[in-house]
Amino acid sequence: MSTLLEVSGVSVTFDGFRAINNLSFQIGDAEMRAIIGPNGAGKTTFMDIVSGKTKPDEGRILWGGMNRSLLGLSEAKIARAGIGRKFQKPTVFEDQTVRENLLMSLKAERRVLAVLFHRPAPGELHQIEELAEEIGLHDHLDRKSGELSHGQKQWLEIGMLLAQEPRLLLVDEPAAGMSPEEREHTTRILVEAARTRAVLVVEHDMEFVRRLNCRVTVLHEGSVLAEGSLDHVTANQKVIDVYLGR
Amino acid sequence: MQRTFIYRNPSLLIFLCGLALFTLAVTVFSEAFGAGFISTSFVKTLGKTLCLCLVAIAMDLVWGYCGILSLGHFAFFGLGGYMIGMWLMYERTREIVAGAMAEATIPPTDAEIVAAIGNQIFGVVGASEFPVIWVFADSLAIQLALVVLVPGVLALVFGWLAFRSRVTGVYLSILTQAMTLALALYLFQNDSGLRGNNGLSGLQNIPGLDHLPQSVVSVWFLWASAVALGLGYLLATWLVSGKFGSVIRGIRDNENRVRFLGYSVEGYKLAVFTLTACMAGIAGALYYPQAGIINPAEISPIASIYLAVWVAIGGRGRIYGAVIGATFVSLVSSWFTGGQAPDIDLGFYTINWVDWWLIVLGLSFVLVTLFAPKGIGGLVDLWTQRRSPDRHGADLGPDPGALREQEALE
Amino acid sequence: MIRSILASLAFLASTITAIAQAGPMQDVLQEHADIIIESSRTSIAPAIAAIADSRLPQAQDVLQAWQAKEMWQRPSDGLFFRGEQMDGKIIRLTDFDSGEPAGEAPSSELEQIKPNSGIRALIAIALVQFQLSDPDPAKRADALISIERDPKSAALAPLRASIEGETDAVLRAKKLRLERLLTIAFDETEAARIAAIEAMSTDLGVDVRATLNPLVVSTLRVFEDEIPASLNVARILAPGSDALPEAQAYELLVAEDLAPARIGADHIRETLAANIDAGSVAGVAVAQLGSEAARGRAYAALVAADKAAPMLSEEEVGALLDAHQFAEIYREPSAAVTTAASKVLTRIEMRVGLNQAIDLSLDALSLASIYFLAAIGLAITFGVMGVINMAHGEFIMMGAYTGYAVQQIIPNHTASILVAIPLAFAVTFAAGVAMERLVIRWLYNRPLETLLATFGISIALQQLAKNIFGTQARPLTSPDWLNGAWVVNDIVSISYIRIAIFFLALIFLGVFLFIMRRTRLGLETRAVTQNRRMAASMGINPNRVNMLTFGLGSGIAGIAGVAIGLFAKVTSEMGTDYIVQSFMTVVVGGVGNVFGTLAGAAMIGFLQKGIEWFNPSNTLAAQTYMIVFIILFIQIRPRGIVALRGRAAGD
Repeated sequence: MSTLLEVSGVSVTFDGFRAINNLSFQIGDAEMRAIIGPNGAGKTTFMDIVSGKTKPDEGRILWGGMNRSLLGLSEAKIARAGIGRKFQKPTVFEDQTVRENLLMSLKAERRVLAVLFHRPAPGELHQIEELAEEIGLHDHLDRKSGELSHGQKQWLEIGMLLAQEPRLLLVDEPAAGMSPEEREHTTRILVEAARTRAVLVVEHDMEFVRRLNCRVTVLHEGSVLAEGSLDHVTANQKVIDVYLGR
Repeated sequence: MQRTFIYRNPSLLIFLCGLALFTLAVTVFSEAFGAGFISTSFVKTLGKTLCLCLVAIAMDLVWGYCGILSLGHFAFFGLGGYMIGMWLMYERTREIVAGAMAEATIPPTDAEIVAAIGNQIFGVVGASEFPVIWVFADSLAIQLALVVLVPGVLALVFGWLAFRSRVTGVYLSILTQAMTLALALYLFQNDSGLRGNNGLSGLQNIPGLDHLPQSVVSVWFLWASAVALGLGYLLATWLVSGKFGSVIRGIRDNENRVRFLGYSVEGYKLAVFTLTACMAGIAGALYYPQAGIINPAEISPIASIYLAVWVAIGGRGRIYGAVIGATFVSLVSSWFTGGQAPDIDLGFYTINWVDWWLIVLGLSFVLVTLFAPKGIGGLVDLWTQRRSPDRHGADLGPDPGALREQEALE
Repeated sequence: MIRSILASLAFLASTITAIAQAGPMQDVLQEHADIIIESSRTSIAPAIAAIADSRLPQAQDVLQAWQAKEMWQRPSDGLFFRGEQMDGKIIRLTDFDSGEPAGEAPSSELEQIKPNSGIRALIAIALVQFQLSDPDPAKRADALISIERDPKSAALAPLRASIEGETDAVLRAKKLRLERLLTIAFDETEAARIAAIEAMSTDLGVDVRATLNPLVVSTLRVFEDEIPASLNVARILAPGSDALPEAQAYELLVAEDLAPARIGADHIRETLAANIDAGSVAGVAVAQLGSEAARGRAYAALVAADKAAPMLSEEEVGALLDAHQFAEIYREPSAAVTTAASKVLTRIEMRVGLNQAIDLSLDALSLASIYFLAAIGLAITFGVMGVINMAHGEFIMMGAYTGYAVQQIIPNHTASILVAIPLAFAVTFAAGVAMERLVIRWLYNRPLETLLATFGISIALQQLAKNIFGTQARPLTSPDWLNGAWVVNDIVSISYIRIAIFFLALIFLGVFLFIMRRTRLGLETRAVTQNRRMAASMGINPNRVNMLTFGLGSGIAGIAGVAIGLFAKVTSEMGTDYIVQSFMTVVVGGVGNVFGTLAGAAMIGFLQKGIEWFNPSNTLAAQTYMIVFIILFIQIRPRGIVALRGRAAGD
């Protein structure tokens, strides 16, 4: 299994507060990984760094087989390089239909002129139907996405993420505020996605992480505390200390 | 998805037909070509209103669709006017000067004519030399190109600087306002090369058309404005109907999300900002020959804010809203400030609308913002049953957009 | 021989005895009676000198009487008296020596001495020495002022003579200084002048520069041969250099009649017009004369026909220029003096520059405090609460009009300002609270719409003020004790009102910090802006806090309005002059931090003054460039000078 993303020695400081401290991390192709940690462990900041939203003070981030550095690239370029990101809160374009949301996300030329003269090809429309099927929104394609329920929005966002055909998916708390059935569905979508690409899930909910059945990385105070299967890390005394407080 | 462009945008056809009918009606009732019910000055007012509609469409694209509340688009409008005004003033003065100098015993050389034009144009600011920026003033083709290029390049440079540093929201508005103020202050100087606060005047006299009365010229300009507005409407509708429209509306609603989809948000904003600046320039170039005079006061930040007011009152995020807003507010405004509205005698005080109109406009603007954020265009929704997502209820979590109360109950 | 001498001695003795009866001053006058009566500017000097140098106590009195045309001669005995015109043609006479009345006489029996203006000027100079040593210090000071106003070489000697006896220390210093200045300008010995010049090298007075500058004035002159060695040459110029373009050099030659005038386009046209013959000029048809080439041909033909002056070729012009020497010649003949003067002038100018920089910094500081005053209300409403209030400028205007209205009722300026400040706060506080309650609280999550709604309020308020107070500017007069300026030297000065505004800005800063950091309202405000729900759940009423905070920001704008109204005119549009700058100040400084606002105001104030210094004639351009600079500055620091960083600031 080759390494897809390698983060090494990354640190970032906000006004004297060290949010990420000499963090190193690796994930391979087609791997599912969950990141857990107490509040303020730096989980979201870590995602911000990988997706280019926050620039680290030091460290390296290498991407893909070519070991291309992601430092200094804009968010859009990182996204085009194949890293998709889903935010904590569902962010879909509420004023637009599900179809428009998906069409915008489909992997295609992103430059202004190409988009300006874009006409949806039959292949693309077909792809949208398939995706909608996968995320269970086939009947809602022409509805405004703002009218969808919270869970449907989460799926739509995951669908938009899949439409991008990324090689790495960054998913921030996908199950927050979902009913048990919706969680089940979300788990299925994520596991399915991890067959063909790397998926990195940040989650608080241990039950959800257990269901994902994957390697777990525990973050604490901006660096990796433990890594391994969920049973392995939950048995780790340091992890127990961190979660229960010393 | 495969339905035709016009079918998907019914307002386009309605609008174009309406515009054609309107132009035809004005022509038929004008002094030059028909019954003479409509005075030449009112034809000009209507023609100017069409230009204002065009710049309002540009504003709607950039604000209503792309979410950039630019307080600089009227500056681009003015720049367009200045560019065409330079040619009009140069050529017009050249005709007059050449006519006068032909009387002299020795025919004038070209250099003498140019010097005399310079004297004529810049005497009012105590200069006689042509500033560098007038170098192309004798060429209509180049000045017409500059009508688009100057606002376009200014918008490109400014937008590149502003968007690159991720200035958004109200900060961007203030920055555009500052740009407008800087431009206006610069033009107010006598050595700006554009005649300081005198501005350019006599623009209603079109060189080479001296033999035609203003009544005819005004109708021609009305036609030109109508064509420009029609094309602008078509262009705007086309822009916002496809994937491009999807992306820019996405930028308006959540630009970070668009960024993480792989779109270079800055590039899209810059494209919209620049394109609309060019549209505004064209509108200005058609407006000022009808107005007859342009001066830096036209460019002041307040004019751009009025532009935003029109679009907001008309209903932003829909092209026809911009047209309705610009037409409604500018016509009503000129009715009230023109002294045609009857005064209201309250016994102890007489309300003189010339004095009170701005107060009414300001307050009604507050009311529209508070109670009818969709503007006049919102009335159309009542008719077409268009509904925007209605998800009220307070946020459950600490973050906006988290699960809503109602949904939690379901 | 001896007899004749004796005879003359006898005659002398007789006259002396005769006059001795009349008194010593009369003697002096009699001695110069001829020239006094002659009254000619060229010959009068000995008479004036004799009176002045007589060391008699009456000398000054006599000179003043003479100067005022009050000296009369009685032709019957030749004696001089002070005469006073009475009713009719009667003159009342006073003896100069004794000061006793000497009877009255009709003017027909007397001869009035009427000195012309030249003589009166000479008398005035002679009087200076008396005035300079007058027992009354005020008169001595007046004399010094009159010399300062019109320095003359003749004043030098009396001035020097009067220094010795000067008892007043201030006047003595003034005299010494004036003596040096006069020495520089008029002393005959070079060494004394140079010494005086060097003694003044640290003086910043305008008068010093006014004395030194004429010494280094030079005129551009042209010489056919070598430059005479007797001249004090400033520099030799070559035609065609930057300092002396060829055209200018040639014009000088023409002006000195050393070369023929150049034939210009106008001259050619006039010559051609004068030589039109049957529709053509020298064979070139008039209709073709619309081009330079054709005109050149026609003119050349006219020259060939000897009907016009030939044009000079470039080579001929060059040869003429080469044949002459161009040099700037000092008007002052002494090279040593000009060298010393220019050296000292450079030194003084450096010090002047330094002082101007200090003065400019004071100006910039006061401008910065004005911007700070205008912006600090926004620092609360926009910086802390995030509400963009386009009507902020109108709150400033409301404060200023409140001050104006108070002055209409309370005529005492000091009292009215003291009343106006709290009243302006109350008025704008109420307006702010009303606006927050009615409009802004519905729009807290829609900043762009807040901008537009408050803009609507802004235009309504502006028009309302126009309807109430009219369009013309209203004065807001400052109390007398704020008039005037604190003058450090001839260059550095600052008006008291600006100092007051500076301190007001400091007070505001202190009040702001106190409220935000030390009071419950400040704590609650910070809590509400950081997390409204959490604050609400802790028992803070966010509505009340928002209302009060907004009111506070508006109220401060009102006080700023009174302060701004004191030095700027109060008009309904004054708010618009400050609104953009105020927002810039807050944005450039960094939102949410009052020290950022302070830094922003300082930067904008100093920047604007700095740009004005480079281009003093054009404040419009200064504002333009400043805004362009700010736009560029935001590129470098998008979050302002004092930036908050972190995850929270990222959204």
